[in-house]
Parts: sequence; structure tokens; C-alpha cells
Amino acid sequence: MSTESTDKHLDFLEHHFSTPQQQAESAKLGMWVFLLTEILLFGGLFLAYAVYRSWHPEMFYNAHLFLDRELGTFNTVVLIISSLTMALAIRSMQLGKRKQTIWMLVATLALAAVFLVVKYFEYSHKIHLGQLPGKFYTFDGIEGNNPHVFFSVYFLMTGLHGIHVIGGMFAIGWVLRRTIRNDFSSAYYTPIEMTGLYWHLVDLVWIFLFPLFYLIG
Amino acid sequence: MDTTGTLFLPPSGSTISGEVDFQFYFIYAASIFFFAVVTFASLLFVVRYRRRGEPTRSDAPTHNTLLEIVWTAIPTVLIVIVFVMGFRTYLKMHVVPGDAMEIKVTAQKWFWSFDYPEGASAVNELVVPVNQPVKLLMSSQDVIHSFFVPNFRVKMDVLPNRYSVTWFEATQTGEFDLFCTEYCGKGHAEMIGKVKVVSESEYNNWVEAGAGPAEGEGLADYGRRLYVSKACNTCHSIDGSGNVGPSFLQKFGAEEALADGSFITVDENYLRESILNPQAKIVAGYDPVMPTYQGLLKDREVDALIEFIKSLKDGQ
Amino acid sequence: MSTLEKAIADTNYLKDPPGIKNWLFTLDHKRIGVLYLYGIMASFLLGGIFAMLLRLELLSPDQVIVDADTYNQFFTLHGAVMIFLFIIPSIPAALGNFVLPLMIGAKDVAFPRLNLASWYIYVAGAIICLYSIVAGGADTGWTFYTPYSTQTSTAVISLTFGAFVLGFSSIFTGINFIATIHKLRAPGMSWFKMPLMVWALYATSIIQVMATPVLGITLVLLIVERAFGIGIFDPAMGGDPVLYQHFFWFYSHPAVYIMILPAMGIISELISTFSHKKIFGYKMIAFSSLGIAFVSFLVWGHHMFVSGQSELAAMVFSFLTFFVGIPSGIKVFNWVATMYKGSIELKTPMLYALSFLFLFTIGGFTGIVLGSLAVDVHLHDTYFIVAHFHYVMMGGTVMAFLGGLHYWWPKMWGRMYSEFWAKISLALIFIGFNATFFTQFIMGSQGMPRRYATYVDTYHRLHAFSTYGSWVLGLGFVVMAVYLIHSLFKGSKAPANPWRSLTMEWETTSPPITHNFDRPMVLEHGPYDYDVIDPKRRLEDHKREVSK
Ligand code: HEA
Ligand code: HEA
Ligand code: HEC
Ligand code: CUA
Ligand SMILES: [Cu+2]
Repeated sequence: MSTESTDKHLDFLEHHFSTPQQQAESAKLGMWVFLLTEILLFGGLFLAYAVYRSWHPEMFYNAHLFLDRELGTFNTVVLIISSLTMALAIRSMQLGKRKQTIWMLVATLALAAVFLVVKYFEYSHKIHLGQLPGKFYTFDGIEGNNPHVFFSVYFLMTGLHGIHVIGGMFAIGWVLRRTIRNDFSSAYYTPIEMTGLYWHLVDLVWIFLFPLFYLIG
Repeated sequence: MDTTGTLFLPPSGSTISGEVDFQFYFIYAASIFFFAVVTFASLLFVVRYRRRGEPTRSDAPTHNTLLEIVWTAIPTVLIVIVFVMGFRTYLKMHVVPGDAMEIKVTAQKWFWSFDYPEGASAVNELVVPVNQPVKLLMSSQDVIHSFFVPNFRVKMDVLPNRYSVTWFEATQTGEFDLFCTEYCGKGHAEMIGKVKVVSESEYNNWVEAGAGPAEGEGLADYGRRLYVSKACNTCHSIDGSGNVGPSFLQKFGAEEALADGSFITVDENYLRESILNPQAKIVAGYDPVMPTYQGLLKDREVDALIEFIKSLKDGQ
Repeated sequence: MSTLEKAIADTNYLKDPPGIKNWLFTLDHKRIGVLYLYGIMASFLLGGIFAMLLRLELLSPDQVIVDADTYNQFFTLHGAVMIFLFIIPSIPAALGNFVLPLMIGAKDVAFPRLNLASWYIYVAGAIICLYSIVAGGADTGWTFYTPYSTQTSTAVISLTFGAFVLGFSSIFTGINFIATIHKLRAPGMSWFKMPLMVWALYATSIIQVMATPVLGITLVLLIVERAFGIGIFDPAMGGDPVLYQHFFWFYSHPAVYIMILPAMGIISELISTFSHKKIFGYKMIAFSSLGIAFVSFLVWGHHMFVSGQSELAAMVFSFLTFFVGIPSGIKVFNWVATMYKGSIELKTPMLYALSFLFLFTIGGFTGIVLGSLAVDVHLHDTYFIVAHFHYVMMGGTVMAFLGGLHYWWPKMWGRMYSEFWAKISLALIFIGFNATFFTQFIMGSQGMPRRYATYVDTYHRLHAFSTYGSWVLGLGFVVMAVYLIHSLFKGSKAPANPWRSLTMEWETTSPPITHNFDRPMVLEHGPYDYDVIDPKRRLEDHKREVSK
């Protein structure tokens, strides 16, 4: 339709919205609903965690001693900082500082990568020891019933979280590219904001995972 | 109590069925009432207010608080009544009377076995005395099954690695169907047994005799009966047709290829081993799914089965 | 044809822009709705073929056409195709996509690209599901209960993974609708001026986004359990198979309201339109949708009354289950009251609405029978359950879906169908349906267990009757396929508002132009204000204004 503004600054306005606010609000609402579904997705696993922990409290305690608390704490700090850099990226774009946004996004990406590298070392250590889920579990030295269940839940939850970190990195990479391409301005930065919301969720999930696995006691 | 059954419910045979049937028909009657109101009113309006020509406008009210309260309140009262009745009977189904005798039920693909306190055991045939509460302590060897006797209105899932409990008290003598109602694979529809309710004295006789050959029955004929009652027939045919396991027809004396590539001639010892320790030698082309009958069959019964298999020389 | 009309005809969404490629990459909600319609119709046909084979096998007690293994795959695929591929996307994704923006006077849904993506995800999920047929079938039942599903040697992973993928399609549709309904309503359309169909889609979307992720994670757990033996559901490794059932029903119970709520929305539209009367108890109907959506999350345990859950849990689940009956009843009574003093026109969609009323009430009441703890112990996993859910799903949702399809058919294609053949087909379907499934109530309460490839002789006559019924039912659908396809090519041209309805989708041409409306829409009257406005006159006024 040609009734749309000839105003160049409103290029981003899609034809079925009448105002930029409407478009931004819709995106935000949609994103929040999406985050809700993500929480419910993890919710199922948290529930499984709760059930098995209440059945085998001692085994969970004994098994958690084999997780590396220091690396876990380090990773928690890394993710919290990355949430901060992400928030700063949005803030900078609101103020129209494109350069700063780019740097902040790059920093967030780098922190995410650090998180994954640390996770990689944790995983490979466990794989090496045979502290694996279900029938692959070969380690012995953990007291209590069915220690493999602990590792099943651990790998599932941190694994799913890891997949979300990777997904988040793709999203950040994508907005980074668009920022470099000069798609955004202080009037329109919804994609960065949405990516930020998503990234905070990824961070939040980890903040729950960390004490539930590393700090049982 | 009604013993012939009705259009909807099979003849009742346990102490609990009366209550269940009453509730079924109570909800049924209430439903018919509401259903009649809804249907009658719609049909009446359709006929009475049928459009003829141009649509007419209506000034009928578009809400009516009193009406709305009434049609919320009446169903609410009704469902509370139905709920309370159902819950009380359900509790009864779960509280086993103190004087109940206990039978151990084991479900596996795809048959039932029963172990009696006196040491007797049976497959696919549950013999119980009439007017005596019976507690069933049930577990499964593989997947989930479910114990269902329609005439008694009892049903309970049977789970692996866990015991589940149900009970009933039969009020009629006779034979009743026993179904597996939790889907458990290929033989699910054939996991059917019988509940035989007998008088106290008959029951005692049965337990004492253990099941054995009837008077004047030859060993092979007894084996033929065991072939059915011990559920061999769910997996093995005797007419040469294929099934979960190999057919018994002309089995004896035949040369058999085993899964490990070796060959064996079927003799009495091999048959015995195949029954009591089926995983020892697996026939080529079949899955090792046959359950072990160690402890489920008495020596005499194994002999009878072997005799029966030997007798299957030509298609009969 | 005047030049104006000609111009409009050329800009209708079916033709503009033309070409397969423009259809496959379209962002237009109407086209996506039509694409979905193709998908679900094909699925319904496939599921229906499986159903006919099932019934044929059950014609007599022993083996008729297939052995037990094949039969088990038939009912698994029938159930899975009907649930995941047909009924869940049927009303929301196909009809809802088409009418929702039109009904609220919007140009499109909030996220058109996401909408198209959800269709492709649907197709991908469907292909993965159906791949299980060539990969050796699956024989677990649509409920995939562990530990059977982790032990059987069939292609369970492909079917469950397909269902997992389909879940995303459903979630995306839900997100899209929620945002659309919140943000894109025409100026003046306050929440209580929305058509009830929109309310119903809103409540449905809430369930979709809240329940589907749980199914997703459950299926993931099942897949990893099966593929890697992680031991979560495996009793031999310290897992619990009953936990799986809790997870599964936490989704699948709310899912049954994903199926019925939009159906109820359609019925509200049909009854009001064809009674030419303001809907009775608008607010009650709207709120009862939300009420049902809310309670539906708290009753999943009623599928597990004999699985060994605690008496306390069973009690709570039973109690809450009954409470779903109240808002459902409110709707039923309000629909009946709407007809009172109406001006009732018995066109095909209205006949479907009446069939719905009749059949859904039976289905709903048998749900109440099942909610009662003691009675359910007897009826669980018998044909009574099979009959119950076909009455609500086939007699309820499918009837409403077909009613909606006939109602919006002229809007979708710009063509009318044969009223005569439509009525013949409905009569066959109605009779065949009752013959097929009412008998199942009887045999079920007599004790006939479900998922049986063969059965004991006692039930022979009832099963045979049910099979004969299914042939009548099938014939009804064949008739429908013929006259609907005929209408696509030879049907008479449809006017903009053939039923004189007052909701907004009838204020544009049939079929609608690509951007839906020729003017920015503003709400001028409520969706059911038949007492103040005559839609036919309104349309003429509007035309006069345009030509000025
Ligand atoms: C569209 C789908 C749909 C719908 C709408 C419903 C609606 C209901 N269902 Fe059903 N159900 C299924 C689909 C559906 N169901 C499926 C697929 C299964 C089996 C799954 C499987 O195992 O494979 C199932 C199984 C099922 C069970 C489990 C049985 C078992 O396995 O043992 C139960 C038990 O409580 C139940 C109850 C109900 C109730 C109470 C309602 C209520 O919502 C009904 C409410 C409606 C009314 C009550 C009628 C109208 C009301 C009035 C006219 C007012 C008067 C009312 C009163 C007096 C109460 N359903
Ligand atoms: C939406 C859901 C839905 C629908 C519509 C149906 C429809 C039908 N179902 Fe099914 N059914 C289920 C969902 C559904 N079913 C589920 C979930 C199960 C449980 C599975 C399990 O246990 O795991 C089940 C189980 C089930 C069983 C029990 C199997 C068993 O337990 O052993 C039976 C048996 O009679 C049956 C029969 C039928 C029949 C005869 C139809 C008929 O109504 C079908 C009629 C349809 C057609 C004949 C298709 C014709 C279509 C066309 C000709 C196309 C027209 C084309 C255009 C208009 C373009 N179904
Ligand atoms: C659950 C199915 C099942 C049941 C029940 C069952 N079997 Fe088997 N049986 C098999 C299978 C499968 C094989 C082939 C694989 C093997 O050798 O273990 C087999 C093999 C055999 C063999 C060896 C046959 C040959 O060709 O060498 C004998 C003998 C036998 N069964 C006897 C019995 C008897 C007697 C009973 C009942 C008391 C019985 N089976 C019950 C499944 C079953
Ligand atoms: Cu055992 Cu079904
Ligand atoms: Cu339910």
C-alpha cells in the first residue's frame, strides 16, 4: 500500500502496523510470551529435578560434590557480566551511540564464548571419568542409589541451557551484523532489545541451575 | 441384586458393583435430564422461531441474571453430590478388608500368573472362593499391564518394579473374563484370562489337588490343556503357522538352527531346557522374549508339555 | 461486471499476486490459512483412512485383514495423525488464521513471517511423523506410555520427534494470535466488543503457549531415554514410568481444550448469525472460555485414576474435573437461549451448529461419568473412553470445524456450495457417526477394552454394527469432498455477506482483497447488534458511499 509514509525514517514500519509504537509493543508482547514458553520448557526439567532430588536426597548431595564449584562460580559471574554488557548495548543504541553498541555486543559474544569453553572443560572432565547419564554411567565412587540419575538431569538441564546459549549467540551475531549495517537508530532498535530480553532469560536460567547443581548442601 | 446385567453394564459379581452401577445410572439419569432439556428447547426454538422471508428483529433480553444463576447452581449442586459418592466408593476400593486372603499376581507379556498363599500357582486362571475378600498384590515383569474384571468393576494398573494392590469380594460363582486393559504390545488383546469363582469347599479341593491331570486323562492330553492354561498358545501355534515363537508342530526330532549358528536336534532335554531356561539357546530368527517358566511349572507339568509336543507329529 | 467490481475481483487475495512461488512465500495470513487448510485436510483424510481400516479389522472377533502388530500401528497412527496433524491445528491455524485479522479489522497478524515459519514447521513436523510409517511404523498408541515406548522396536523416535516439532508450530501460532489480539484490533473494538470467536482463539492461544512446551520437554525426555537410556522413566534404573504419564497429561489434557475452545467460538458465531439475534450472555461466554482454560491445567490426573496415584491426588483431580462442566454448561445454555425468539435460518452451518450442540452435550456428559472416581475405575481404557472422546472431538470439534468451513467457505473462495448436497452429506455423517460411536458406549461399559486387535465373541454384534456405521460416515465425507471440490470450480459467485452477519470479516469482498479492507476499519457497531442494525442495508449504504 502506498499510504505508508514517504518518510525515510519509518522504513522499518511494516505495512500491517499503523504506528511504530504499535509495532514495538507487539514485538515486546510476543517476546514476553515466547520467554514464558521457554520458562515452561525448563520448568518441566526443574520438576523432574525436584522429583528425583526428593527421592534420593543423599545421592544428590554426594554426586554434586563432583561438580567443580569454582568453575561454576566463574561461569555465573561471566554470564552476569554478559547480561550487563547486553543491557549496555541496548542503552547505547537508545542514545544513538552505534559504535558503543557494537563493542558491547562483541563483548557479550565473547563472554558467551568463554562460558561455553569453560563448560566444554567441565563436560570433557566428566566424560573422561565416566560420570555420564543413564546407561553410560561407569564411574564408581558416589554413594547412594542411582547416581546416574543425577548426571542424567545435570547433562539434560545444562545441555539444554547450553543450546540456548548457542542460540543466543546466533541472535547476538545477527543484531551485531545489522548494527554494523546501520539498520538501527535511537528510534528503532527493537531487535536488539528482543535479543537482550532473550539473553537475560538465558542468564536467569543459569542463575537457577547454578545453586541447584553446584551448591546443594 | 441384579445378576443378568443391563444394556450398559455387564452382570454384577462383586460387593462393590452395586455402588458403581448406582452411580453410573445416577449420572446417566441426570445427563438424560439435561440432555432432554437442551435438545427439546433447541428443537422447539428451531421450529417455533424458524425464519420465514426477511429476518425479523428481536427485542428478547440478552441476559437474565436469575436464569444464569439457576443454570450455574443446579449443575454445581449435582456435581458435588456425584463427586462425594464417587470418592467414597473409590476409597472403599482402596482399603482392603482385614480378613482378605492374599494372592500374588504377576503380569508379563502376555499372560497372568497367580501365586496362592497355600503354595499353589496358576496361569491365566484365577480361582477364588465366593463371598471371601481377596487381596491382589500385583507386579509386572516388563511393561505396564492392567488387571480388569468387568463383572467385578475392578481395575488396577500393574507396574514394573513396584507393587500395586486391589481387592474384590465375589458374590456369584461362575467364570468371568479377565482382561489386560493397559496397552502392552502385540499380545495385548490376547492377554485374557478367566476368574473362576467357586464355593469354599471346591476352592479347598482345588488348592489341595493343585491342578493336575484329571481322572483317566493321558499325559499328552493333560499337556494339551496346560498348553492353553499356561499361555504357551499366545506365542506358539500347533498348526505350523508363525507367531511370536516357533510352532510346535513336528518339532520333536527336528533339526533346529540356533541364533549362534549352531544346530541342535530337538530331544526331551532340549525341550525341558527351552521351557525352564529359554534364554540358554535361542532359535534363529526369533527374539529372546520367552519368559522363563522356572518356578511356574511343576515337574509333572513340564513332562506333560513335553509329551504333548512329542505328540504333535502331523497336523491335528 | 462494472469496472469497479472487475478491479476488485483482480485484487482478491487468491489471485494477487499470482503464481505458486508467491503462494509458498506469502506472508498473507489468508493464504497461510489456506495452506494450513490443505495440510489438515490431507491429514484428516489420512487419519480417516486409518480409521476405516481399524473398523474393518474389528468387523469380526478374529483377524480380518491385518495381524495384531499392524493393527497396533494403525491405531497409533490414526490417533497421532488425528491429534497432532489434524485437530490441534484445524481450527486455530487454518480457519483462525484466515478469519482472526478479518474479524478484528486488521491487515494481518502481528508477525507474518513467524506465521509462515509456523506453517513450514508444521509441514516439516508432519513429514517427520509420517516418516515413521516407512521406517517401520510405531505401535505405542498416541500416548507413548513408558516403559513400553522405550522398549518396542518400532520407529517411536521419528513419531515423537515429529510431534515435538509440531509443538513449535502450535506455540508460534499461539504467540502470534495473542499479540495480534492485544495490539491489532480496529480502533473502537474494546475487549467486550470482540466477536466471541476471537475470545475463544485468545483462550486457546494461552493454553497453546503454556502447555505445549511441557509436551516438548516430555517428548525430549522420552527420546533421550529411548536413544541413550538415561533412566529417567526406566524403572530398572531408578526411574519412574508413572512420572511420564504426569508429564504427558499435563499437556494433553489442556490440549483437549485447545481442540474444543475454538470450536465453541465458531458455534457462538453460527448460532448468533443464523438466529439473527444478539448472543445471549456475551460476557458469560467470554469469561467461561478463560475459566475453562484456567481449570484445564489442574485436572490432568483424571487420566490416571487407576495408575496408582494417591487417593488424595485422585480426589482433587476428580473434584476439579467436574468443575470444567460448569463453564461448558454455561455456554451450552447460553447458545440455546440465543435461539429463543430468534429468526432462525436452517442453512448448513446452522445445522452443523445444532449437531454440535447435540453431540457435544453427549460427549461432555460422558466426560462427567468418567470424572467420577468409582465409575472411572470400571470404564478406564475401555471403549467407553473411545466413544467419549470421539463424541467430543469428532462430534464436537470436527462438527464445529465443518460448520465454520461452510460458514466461511464463501468468504474464502468467493463461491457458494450446493446447499442440497451439503445437507445430504451432513445427514449421512450425523447418522453414521452415531451408529459408529454410540454402540461403543455400550460395549465399553460392558467391558470391551480399547486397543484390542481381536476380542471375545460377546462384543461381536456391537462391533459389527459400529463398523457398518463407519461406512455410512465415510460415505458422508466422500459426498462432502465431491460437492466442495465442485464448488471451487463451478460454484455460484458468493456475495460479500451471504449470511447477513455483523462481524467485520463480512464487510470486505468475497474473497477479500489482498490487504483485507478497502479502508481503515473502525468499529461502528458490536459484533452481534442485530437488534439495531440490518447488515444488508448497511452494506448498501457503504456501497453507495464508495461509488460517490
Ligand atoms: C475435544 C476434546 C475433549 C473434551 C472437550 C473433553 C471434555 C471432557 N472430558 Fe475428556 N477426553 C478426551 C477429549 C476431550 N474431553 C480424550 C482424547 C480422552 C482420552 C485420551 C486417551 O486416553 O487416549 C479423554 C478422556 C477423559 C477422561 C479419562 C478417562 C480415562 O481414561 O479413564 C476423563 C475423566 O475424567 C474425561 C473427562 C472429561 C470432562 C469432565 C470433560 C468436560 O470438559 C465436559 C464438559 C461438558 C459438559 C458437562 C456438557 C455440557 C454441560 C451442560 C449441559 C451443563 C450441565 C452440566 C452438569 C450437570 C455437570 N475425559
Ligand atoms: C480428531 C480426532 C479423531 C477423529 C476425527 C477420529 C475419527 C474416527 N475414529 Fe478415532 N481415535 C482418535 C482420534 C480421532 N478419531 C484417537 C486419539 C484415538 C486413540 C488412539 C490410541 O488409542 O492411541 C482413536 C481411536 C479410535 C478407535 C479405537 C481403536 C482401538 O482402541 O483399538 C476407533 C475404532 O473404532 C476409531 C475410529 C474412528 C472412526 C471410524 C473415525 C471417523 O470419524 C473417521 C471419518 C473420516 C473419514 C472417513 C475421512 C474422510 C475424509 C475425506 C473423504 C476427505 C474429505 C476431503 C475434503 C473435504 C477435501 N478411532
Ligand atoms: C511371550 C511369548 C512366549 C510364551 C508365552 C511361551 N514361549 Fe516358548 N518361545 C518363545 C519364543 C520367542 C521362542 C524362540 C526363541 C527362543 O528360543 O527362546 C520360544 C521357544 C520355545 C521352545 C523351543 C522351540 C524350538 O523351536 O526349538 C520351546 C520348546 C518352547 N518355547 C516352549 C514353550 C512352552 C511349553 C510354553 C508355555 C508353558 C512357552 N514356550 C511359552 C516365546 C514364548
Ligand atoms: Cu498386558 Cu495389555
Ligand atoms: Cu482429560
